[in-house]
Amino acid sequence: MLYREAGQFKTSYAADQQIFPIRQDRIGILIILAIAFFAVPMLFSEYWLKAILIPFLIFSLAALGLNILTGYAGQLSLGSAAFMAVGAFASYNFMLRVDGMPILLAFIGGGLAAAAVGIAFGLPSLRIKGFYLAVATLAAQFFIVWLLTKVGWFSNYSSSGVITAQDMEILGYRFVTPEAKYLLVLAIVVVLALLAKNMVRSSVGRAWMAVRDMDVAAEVIGIRIMHTKLLAFAVSSFYCGVAGALYAFAYIGTVEPEGFSLDLSFKILFMIIIGGVGSISGAFLGAAFIVLLPIALDVIVQQWLAGVLPPSVSSNLQLIVFGGLIIFFLIVEPHGLARLWQIGKEKLRLWPFPH
Amino acid sequence: MSGRKIGDVILDLQNISLRFGGVKALTDISFNVREHEVRAIIGPNGAGKSSMLNVINGVYHPQEGRIVFHGEERRKMEPHKAAKQGIARTFQNIALFKGMSVLDNIMTGRITKMHASFLEQAIHFGRARREELEHRHKVEEVIDFLEIQHIRKTPVGRLPYGLQKRVELARALAAEPTMLLLDEPMAGMNVEEKQDMCRFILDVNDQFGTTIVLIEHDMGVVMDISDRVVVLDYGKKIGDGTPDEVRNNPEVISAYLGVAH
Ligand SMILES: Nc1ncnc2c1ncn2[C@@H]1O[C@H](COP(=O)(O)OP(=O)(O)OP(=O)(O)O)[C@@H](O)[C@H]1O
Ligand SMILES: [Mg+2]
Repeated sequence: MLYREAGQFKTSYAADQQIFPIRQDRIGILIILAIAFFAVPMLFSEYWLKAILIPFLIFSLAALGLNILTGYAGQLSLGSAAFMAVGAFASYNFMLRVDGMPILLAFIGGGLAAAAVGIAFGLPSLRIKGFYLAVATLAAQFFIVWLLTKVGWFSNYSSSGVITAQDMEILGYRFVTPEAKYLLVLAIVVVLALLAKNMVRSSVGRAWMAVRDMDVAAEVIGIRIMHTKLLAFAVSSFYCGVAGALYAFAYIGTVEPEGFSLDLSFKILFMIIIGGVGSISGAFLGAAFIVLLPIALDVIVQQWLAGVLPPSVSSNLQLIVFGGLIIFFLIVEPHGLARLWQIGKEKLRLWPFPH
Repeated sequence: MSGRKIGDVILDLQNISLRFGGVKALTDISFNVREHEVRAIIGPNGAGKSSMLNVINGVYHPQEGRIVFHGEERRKMEPHKAAKQGIARTFQNIALFKGMSVLDNIMTGRITKMHASFLEQAIHFGRARREELEHRHKVEEVIDFLEIQHIRKTPVGRLPYGLQKRVELARALAAEPTMLLLDEPMAGMNVEEKQDMCRFILDVNDQFGTTIVLIEHDMGVVMDISDRVVVLDYGKKIGDGTPDEVRNNPEVISAYLGVAH
């Protein structure tokens, strides 16, 4: 999508306020969607769909959720995985305990349950900020995983809290093949991403950013800080909750609370740092990067560096590269890949006459 | 000045005292503000001027005293309620939302006037869509008024200081306030920028009838544009009246005008 928007002058504010104001962006998004819905299921192998593309979409959704909270509303959270766990276990219980529960409704229920828990753990944000808030969300992370393991009811009294997700069926159609699961996940993620894009370009999104950038001024303008922060926790946790439900139902099938550990929370945080804090597309770029990087590194190590690197290095290569990249993005480009992409576009627009 | 008619008292501050621990920021201060007037607060550094504005719109809560605004009496304001009641302000140290564009900053100023529910906004349908457009029109009027069309889409962080101050004024004006609190709107500006800012403030007062409470260090400006002046020193009120009265008040001269300014 390299182009110049020359000659596109907006003649009305309505045109200027479309979801994607630049025509090439609109076309680009449509092309990406067409490829994602029609070409990808045909071109990619089952392995790719199952092991790479489905988790990529699910992580994108979780990263999107965290980005709403951290990137837009400025509240750091280390509890994303716990909110995913709430979504997964709540959806499982809705399916288990409500006769004839439609799967989509169970996902929404999972999201809402996560939102409620998110609001509860968001309450400290009214008093504390930054590092201390991060520690409070860390408490949420450990407490929720502990509770789900400890209270047998949540997992229908299975050993060590393992749940096996029920089959997904909509209007009599059962989603069993990787293609079907991929398309279902894709549809859900696309809808939720569009909703998120609408939120951040409306007054609720501006309220989130205002609270993030300067809370005193936000309050003086008439923004209710408490309401705004808790709404960010709710929406963010809803997204993480649905992502968690999809993680259980469409990706691994059998999960235990420990599967939603702090490691996963950090992984999602890294996604938004690398992809771009405060950007919807950044969530997707970051998730793609973190899902694909280990695969790319494996290929590189096996094809070109086999025998060159000592095994102790190559087995830790992933961690080394992640660490390096995170430091790079934190210091050099806090707005991540999404911003690099934008800068690249601006440079190319001027090329070859930089002045 | 112009044809605007100064009206009744709309804000009455009675015996306000504000302490931070042992620091007495304000001690037993009373004064009032009349509708449509330009009311200046002056005083040396640390006199309590900013604290006074913060009391008026509820950022600080005084330990003693009463605030009567439009006949309604209370001990303390809440900032978002003050906003709803038509009080807008700018800050001494620019308090823009630095991650947002000029347009979004100013749009945020209209937040109390937007009523679409969260779900309507998420699907961007019906009232949410209509409101975004209506309010965009209003915001564009403010942008035209303050002559900042060319920087509409610029992230505020990239703007020079003088323009940032102007955007902050735009954000406050977008709320269509009945009372505007300005904390040193011209500090750090060059002569030309100061003249522009003066003109904007007077135009706002003149065209929209907005009541203005303003803190300013430049005595020339204060004497030029204000109807009445309150003088604070060490948290106490030492003078109150027209610019001429204040200028000739001996206590004010020794406390404030006496020091080189
Ligand atoms: N939040 C606060 N916490 C503690 N002390 C404060 C606070 N705000 C103001 N003060 C104190 O109150 C006194 C008055 O401060 P204020 O900012 O109102 O003065 P000012 O007249 O606006 O000064 P300046 O001209 O420097 O802006 C000062 O002694 C200041 O240190
Ligand atoms: Mg001050």
